[in-house]
Amino acid sequence: MESLLNAYDMSLIRTAAIMVIMALSLNMITGFCGQISLGHAAFMGIGAYTSVKLSINGIDFIYGTFAGMALAGLLGLIVGLTSLRVRHDFLAITTMGIVFLFSGIVEQSKYLGDTDGLSGYPHPAYSDFTYMMLTILLAIAVVALSFYIKRSWMGAAFKSIGDDEDTARVLGINVPLYKLSAFVLGTAIAGLAGSLYAHQTTIIQAENFGFIESITVLSMVVFGGVGSIAGVTIAAVILTLLPLWSQAIGEYKLLFYGGLLFAMMRFAPYGLAGLAQRARLLLTRRAGTAR
Amino acid sequence: MTEIALLVQGLLDGSIYALIAVGLTLVYGLLRILHVAHAGLFTLGGYVGVVVTNQTGSFVLALVVAMVVAGIVGMIIYRLVYQPILHLPPYVALIASIGLFIAMQEGFRFYDEQGVSFVDAPLQGTVAFAGQNLQIAKIVTFFGAIILIGGLGFLAARTRTGVAWRATVTKPKMAESFGINIVRVRYLNFFIGSALAAVAGVMVSLTTNLVEPTSGDVWSYKALAIIVLGGLGSMRGTLIACFALGVIEAYGTTSFLGAIMNRDAIAFAFLVVVLMIRPQGLFVRT
Repeated sequence: MESLLNAYDMSLIRTAAIMVIMALSLNMITGFCGQISLGHAAFMGIGAYTSVKLSINGIDFIYGTFAGMALAGLLGLIVGLTSLRVRHDFLAITTMGIVFLFSGIVEQSKYLGDTDGLSGYPHPAYSDFTYMMLTILLAIAVVALSFYIKRSWMGAAFKSIGDDEDTARVLGINVPLYKLSAFVLGTAIAGLAGSLYAHQTTIIQAENFGFIESITVLSMVVFGGVGSIAGVTIAAVILTLLPLWSQAIGEYKLLFYGGLLFAMMRFAPYGLAGLAQRARLLLTRRAGTAR
Repeated sequence: MTEIALLVQGLLDGSIYALIAVGLTLVYGLLRILHVAHAGLFTLGGYVGVVVTNQTGSFVLALVVAMVVAGIVGMIIYRLVYQPILHLPPYVALIASIGLFIAMQEGFRFYDEQGVSFVDAPLQGTVAFAGQNLQIAKIVTFFGAIILIGGLGFLAARTRTGVAWRATVTKPKMAESFGINIVRVRYLNFFIGSALAAVAGVMVSLTTNLVEPTSGDVWSYKALAIIVLGGLGSMRGTLIACFALGVIEAYGTTSFLGAIMNRDAIAFAFLVVVLMIRPQGLFVRT
């Protein structure tokens, strides 16, 4: 199998797997728990910068990744605390502020390589193929975790908060606890995606984790259907590979994203999952009349 | 730089924020939509202003054309984008608006990737004030903004249309039952808000003498922060937040904060801190 794929194919698959992890991590916050975030890429950046800084200081990739996840999760907890006070549109703009704070601080910091970014850092001693398999396995693990959470008691609590926070509170659900859990889980996994991303490329810059990147991830969640695990996974793969495969779209990547986000919201606000459900309804109805 | 000079600089920048944020607040007050694509109209205004000035040689004509074009495009956006999705959850309109903004940016990129500049830009001199050179274009913007926003306030307070407008913002259902055509109010709303954004776009292009596809980005993100700070939908809160942010940025960049974060980060740090203390914004609409 190893001989069937060239280096470029493997880099595509890696990138897609990392974006699946990233999109599913946002899906836990926005999809399951209904807390919109326009700044998710900042946490990917925290994971990436932590892991890279530690690897420069000679610490192993695996520990660096865990440290990146921990720090991203910790800062996610702090942002989660704002979500306890700030709601809806206010939260959307606050999270947007987080991404500008992140890039504004990184670009001013000599230690973090200011606007030039960090480059020439050591990579783990895996072959391309092993690293690809690692990202795929981790993506599968995150998919499995998503399904587990969605079906657990916590998933039910998340959904009730997403549907109507005040009602959830009246029903005795510990709203702050679950909101914070969603933020910590989602941002820690974004940190994982960041560390994986940093070690499959040669340079990281603040702009790799900026507002546009956050919107790209959000568009995957929306395109797939907010909250739908299968939909978001498929959307992440399609939206990552399509611009890379097709040269024409690659050049107009942003126009494509913008147009797609817009068209999806305008004509199919419930995403791929919504379309699938509509198709299923149509089919069963047709089967019903045939009988 | 002296304290006074920083204050003046901050107030001048604040007036540009005000021109952009008024339109955003109007849209939010009426439709509860965070209209991110508003910044696209700011950039559109800048492009039209520069191109028309270069073609005709008249800056005043260009300003008027930019206002009318942006105003009409604003109304088209309302009709084609927002009206059909008003009944859906609010994030739908927000994301549609972000998508539209990104697409508009790419549209400008097709038109002219390098950006456009004035061949012979008017109002280019500077005035010495408190040991600092202030751009004349910024001073003109400041007074222009006061006249335009003041005029708008007069319109809203004293004319029949203004009364209908305010009634629609406060109690849309009630206003409709009193025979006000609320759809016409919405169109008017988008026209005026977009025209003001275009004025800001043209004036900013004077101070930098360059309009790029991404010119509107930072202004728009900060304008969103401003209307949130101002309490979403409160016009007075928004205007105060505009000037407060301008002044805080001016002081912040020269203080110790400037060493650890850039100007935009200071603005957003201020936003986050204020929202933690007052989650409903500085001023709540009553």
